[in-house]
Amino acid sequence: MTVVDEVIRTEALTKDYPGGIRAVDGLDLSVRSGEIFGLLGPNGAGKTTTAGMLTTRVVPTSGTARVAGIDVVAHPVAAKQVIGVVPQTNTLDRSLSVFENLYFHGRFFGMNARTARAEADRRLEQFRLADRATQPVAALSGGMAQRLMVARAILHRPATIFLDEPTAGLDPQSRLALWEVLGELHAEGQTILLTTHYMEEADQLCDRLAIIDHGRLLALGTPEELKATTGADTIVTVVARPDALDRLAGVLGGVAGVQQAVRVDEQVVAQVDGADGIVPRVFAAAEAAGIAITDVSVAEPSLETVFINLTGKDLRE
Amino acid sequence: MSTVSPPESPLVPRRSPAAASRGAFGALLLRDAVVLRKTLREFLPRTLLQPFLLVFVFTYVFPKIGQGVGGAGGEAAFSTILVAGVVALAIIFQGIQSVALPMVQEFGYTREIEDRVLAPLPIALVAVEKAVWGALASLFSALLVFPIAAFVPATPVDLRVNWLVLCTLTPLCCYMCGALGLFFGTRFDPRTVPLLFGIVVIPITFLGAIYYPWQALEPIRWLQVLVLANPLVYMCEGFRAALTDSPHMSLWVVYPVLVGFSALFTWQGVKGFARRVVS
Repeated sequence: MTVVDEVIRTEALTKDYPGGIRAVDGLDLSVRSGEIFGLLGPNGAGKTTTAGMLTTRVVPTSGTARVAGIDVVAHPVAAKQVIGVVPQTNTLDRSLSVFENLYFHGRFFGMNARTARAEADRRLEQFRLADRATQPVAALSGGMAQRLMVARAILHRPATIFLDEPTAGLDPQSRLALWEVLGELHAEGQTILLTTHYMEEADQLCDRLAIIDHGRLLALGTPEELKATTGADTIVTVVARPDALDRLAGVLGGVAGVQQAVRVDEQVVAQVDGADGIVPRVFAAAEAAGIAITDVSVAEPSLETVFINLTGKDLRE
Repeated sequence: MSTVSPPESPLVPRRSPAAASRGAFGALLLRDAVVLRKTLREFLPRTLLQPFLLVFVFTYVFPKIGQGVGGAGGEAAFSTILVAGVVALAIIFQGIQSVALPMVQEFGYTREIEDRVLAPLPIALVAVEKAVWGALASLFSALLVFPIAAFVPATPVDLRVNWLVLCTLTPLCCYMCGALGLFFGTRFDPRTVPLLFGIVVIPITFLGAIYYPWQALEPIRWLQVLVLANPLVYMCEGFRAALTDSPHMSLWVVYPVLVGFSALFTWQGVKGFARRVVS
């Protein structure tokens, strides 16, 4: 792969924090031009630290990180010119209006006054914020503030933008609006790296995903490839009395069609290949073992399933 | 360039790091100037009221009601001594108010600073820009305050301006106070910032040779030595030399010490800044 095709590359990227905490452990990633790449993992998996290293705010302990071919540790000023960042918290400039936030961002990145004004106006239009241009940023809703931060991040036309948990804390409607915005940018060919712990978001938006936990890369591929690794076509989730769950997992493991059944929190998750008649078989097996089932649900395998297979635990923990 | 159909995102930096840094530094200053213009209605009373009251009470009200201040030198001499102190006080207050207080907020509640850290310039320069901005704001407030100190007193102020000293000392003092603001801004957080005024700014100003020349402390030798740690003393003494014929500390001491404090606060300020934005 040539340098131009590959916008982000990390090799053995590692970050240790004081106190011996290894937040990122030998991460190798390669993100291609024009793709939406997701870092999926639970809170504390090392996603934000990885994004921090790629955006010059966290200094790696070892390994290398390159964006658009530029070593971000050796040449941070050059690297900062080719990245755009949407951080987890609202870092809009409270002293400036909506328009001025974009205008000065353009000026910071070397645009002259006229170009910065024109680009700011164009992005406000594109992100449906034009009618808010003169308002203080404090007057924006969470969803609008997030859109403005995305507009700011792409204003200087970076090679890639980083979004750290972009929809955490947004209401469902704003989340959909943001997904739409990211979809439009993707269609324009913008390379995007996002971190998330919402599997729906990763599934919906990302071309490729890296599943990480404890700073390590566990799996890499398209959402479809990852889901195919489970080998199951159906997921049956069963709820019973907590003290019976471990026994229930054992019983369900022996039911015809069930590949494996594991206890996750207060339920048992069974991966099934060949779902015909599975629910009656599950009930029958549980009844034979004297376990009362209180709830059963059937779904397709999701990234959640992949994560459970890889780690034995739930993404939402 | 066309703004309708943007070119492909360039994959290599368009400008050298030096050119990008220069541009970003200038744009950061411009941003601060625009914010000042927007908040001028708060800036003016904040800058003018305290010096005005100080001058008004000590050099207008007291002489009028017959309550003398200024010891053996008399009231006219006191007005002359105070003029340097008032200008120096305006500069140090502005340095702290225009740099330290916003920075404490940007680091604390809002994390706004993180976005400016992503501008294409070295992090040390993001910090130095704050000190330079503080210097400009301090200069502005010194220019506003000087007429008050010179013309409000009921007794005449005996101004003898040494232009060479004034034009070199003023920028130096302004920069040092901007750097002091940077240093404080990185060392205090929203929870501890009331302490900045309670236990740092108040002693600095009360024991800063504003109301008396440093030499006049001779009878209290221990205090005279102790206040040498206070940067405001050198500023007041320097302005005394620049604006009046009052006795003052030797300029051979004033200049090197102010340069030394500037370097110390810049170094420590940049270090503190980097520690708070990079992990």
